[in-house]
Amino acid sequence: MSVEVRAHAGARAYFGERRSARSIAFGAWYVCEHRLRTMRAYLMTIVMGSVFNPMFYLFSLGLGIGSYIDASSGGLGQGAISYLTFVGPALLASAALNVGFEECAFPVLGGFKWTREFWAMNAAPISARQVASGVLMAAGFRVVFTVAVFFGFLSLFHALPSPSAWMAMPAAMLSGLAFGSVIMAIASRLEEDDGWFAMINRLVIAPMFLFSGTFFPLERLPLGLQWIGWISPLWHATQLGRVAAYGMVEPAWLTACHIGYLVIMLIIGLALSFRTFARRLSK
Amino acid sequence: MREGRPVAAGLRSVYAGRSHTVVLRAMYALKTSAWFVVVSGFFEPVFFLLSFGLGLGGLIGAIQGPKGLAVSYAAFIAPALLATSAMNGAIYDSTWNVFFKMRFARLYEAMIATSLGPLDIALGEIAYALLRGLVYALAFMSVMFAFGLVLSPWGLLAIPAALLIAFGFASCGMAITSYMKTFQQMDWINFFMLPMFMFSATFYPITVYPEAIQLLVKIFPLWHGIELIRGLTLGQFDSSILWHALYFAVMVAVGLVATTRRLTALFMK
Amino acid sequence: MSETEDSTIMIRAGGLTKAFGALVAVDGVDFEVRKGEAFGLLGPNGAGKSTIMRMIASVSRRSGGTLSILGMDPDERGPDIRGHLGVVPQQDNLDTELRVRDNLIVYGRYFGLPMKFLRPKAEELLEFAQLTEKAAVKVDSLSGGMKRRLTIARALVNEPDILLLDEPTTGLDPQARHILWDRLFRLKEAGVTLVITTHYMDEAEQLCDRLVVMDKGRIMAAGTPAALIQQYSSREVVELRFGSERNAEVALQLAGTGERIETLPDRILIYTQTGEEDLARIVDGGLRPLTSLVRRSSLEDVFLRLTGRSLVE
Repeated sequence: MSVEVRAHAGARAYFGERRSARSIAFGAWYVCEHRLRTMRAYLMTIVMGSVFNPMFYLFSLGLGIGSYIDASSGGLGQGAISYLTFVGPALLASAALNVGFEECAFPVLGGFKWTREFWAMNAAPISARQVASGVLMAAGFRVVFTVAVFFGFLSLFHALPSPSAWMAMPAAMLSGLAFGSVIMAIASRLEEDDGWFAMINRLVIAPMFLFSGTFFPLERLPLGLQWIGWISPLWHATQLGRVAAYGMVEPAWLTACHIGYLVIMLIIGLALSFRTFARRLSK
Repeated sequence: MREGRPVAAGLRSVYAGRSHTVVLRAMYALKTSAWFVVVSGFFEPVFFLLSFGLGLGGLIGAIQGPKGLAVSYAAFIAPALLATSAMNGAIYDSTWNVFFKMRFARLYEAMIATSLGPLDIALGEIAYALLRGLVYALAFMSVMFAFGLVLSPWGLLAIPAALLIAFGFASCGMAITSYMKTFQQMDWINFFMLPMFMFSATFYPITVYPEAIQLLVKIFPLWHGIELIRGLTLGQFDSSILWHALYFAVMVAVGLVATTRRLTALFMK
Repeated sequence: MSETEDSTIMIRAGGLTKAFGALVAVDGVDFEVRKGEAFGLLGPNGAGKSTIMRMIASVSRRSGGTLSILGMDPDERGPDIRGHLGVVPQQDNLDTELRVRDNLIVYGRYFGLPMKFLRPKAEELLEFAQLTEKAAVKVDSLSGGMKRRLTIARALVNEPDILLLDEPTTGLDPQARHILWDRLFRLKEAGVTLVITTHYMDEAEQLCDRLVVMDKGRIMAAGTPAALIQQYSSREVVELRFGSERNAEVALQLAGTGERIETLPDRILIYTQTGEEDLARIVDGGLRPLTSLVRRSSLEDVFLRLTGRSLVE
């Protein structure tokens, strides 16, 4: 048996003056690359989920429930738009948020606790910030993919009357990343699962999905419950999407609020993540 | 070689009559789990009921029950949510939980090393899932009562019906889980559950669909569960409701036999 | 063999065979384990040790031969036999959702033991495992050594006649190993029969009264540790290093020294009765090893001789 590992086989040629130079410049991308490679194991699930979930939701909720609402006399009272058109942008944003959650919850907990890959990355010259950014970047890839596919289905269903409908896509993507960054900040603080993610699913994501003006205008909720919409990234993204998709009428300042809310959420989530990642990796 | 030899011991080799100790184990485990996680399981169907029943219900108005009588939209979907939550709870307990215990915690390996048999484990795990399901079902039924969504005294039977549904899903879920090797495969279970939830006449009568799709929906268990409970709480049913119950009785029997066989094959090879 | 001797036999295997499809994991082995002895199963990965353990634990059906545990056939009376056994598996399978004390109590319930018995028993076992202070914490927070001790304590909750230990100290630090050995000695003194598999030859020498060395499903040798060393190795071993490039060449010059010479890529081993004298002679002869060592022959030498040096994955 001949086992020969050359201790110095020429790696030096690929390093510059400083061995850390490339990691300092592109560390986040390397982390993202790692995450994307990990996702390959779930590729089928990801693709199937992105393709079939929109179909299920649009057929069942959009067309099924829509057939009742469009038939009943009052309808939505929003002009001539169909229920499918109304609910479409909401489901689009909701899909983005779900992906943001999926890619920032268990992968972050796992990177610290199960595979401990974040420590391995940090043992190479990659900083804590880069680890966090890379994870979010990878989540971004999936968000973009999911949103694009969903948008394609919406077009197929003729649920996008306005020519500026494509702007619903960046809105949904932004909300997915903003929510993901907050989830990442939370996940990075957890020492173990203990059912926290199940809780977030049941007590944050489910009510957010149900009470953010998703299936009926937020104003139909009693005033005491409308605040759920106001703080929910889903509502802000949905309203943006509706303005884009069918020209829902809304004051300009409110539209600015929606964008501002999501951007601030992303910044805060990322800043908190940077802090906990740094604290935990240097512990 | 004696591979052809019949298994002499029969039931005794797989069942020691001590499945209650597996339930007891779950009770002890409850001590270390966060209570709010357990409690939070109750809220999911309630949120759905509030959002769809009250919010969307205002847009839809009345809807036709199984026998053609109009009922409020909330009264229409509440039994469907009860059936769905019975399914979800049972599936979660018998798939993800069991998968984790089987592949990672090696819990069943430890149990088999004692004088417990595989059927003890299967029955014990399912019994605990049902116990939990019972608590959630009771809680949800109270909410339905409070909102006046139980239109018939037959509605009380919805609780045992929910347990039967959970039993069917749990025993089959555990059998299926025993074939799963990776998390990726576990994800496929969701692919099956989501459309079932969406299309089993959960949110509107099955008559929305063309004939062929209706037949397809009727193959899957959740539709039978929803019809069973909806018939009871709305008081709109006839003797055909027994077929729905039978569907789940068959699921229970098939699931238990398959689970015991699989656990025997996995841990006593 | 007379009646009285027979009653002290706890486990008897004759031509015991286990095949998984075409792979024969255990290929017709014969052995006996007597009451109160510590019996070792040694062998590289894949030798069939764990398979034998699982058959003794009555959770794996044999494909051929006979196996009798406490006079019972595991294929027919599995649960009855398991009631008499304590099992310490290779990988801890403690119940991570339960606290330390509850692990013992709940496990005891699986055997059908009453709480009246289990409450004091759990305290006794916690003390035995030096875990009394940890009784109310979750298993996750225990160190590796503590988990191992808890697994052993758990295996004792039904007061077993036979304790099966599959690699009991793998992954533990030296302190934790010594504590564990001490506990196992006490059990032996208390009359518990131990069946142990291990990779560690020092552990086998320390713990086992009798052992078998297995390879590829067969028994290569059996006996007490001392007898095996005497039979399969020399009294002493001289280890010499001349650098990876020179070892083979120097080995030719050393031919005839000691009883047997083995040339490895990194060193030369000389099996001999008189290590120091042989080394002196080699140095006098003008050879200058980079390092040299004279040591007593050990079970490890026997093991490597019987099972070869190539890696088994």
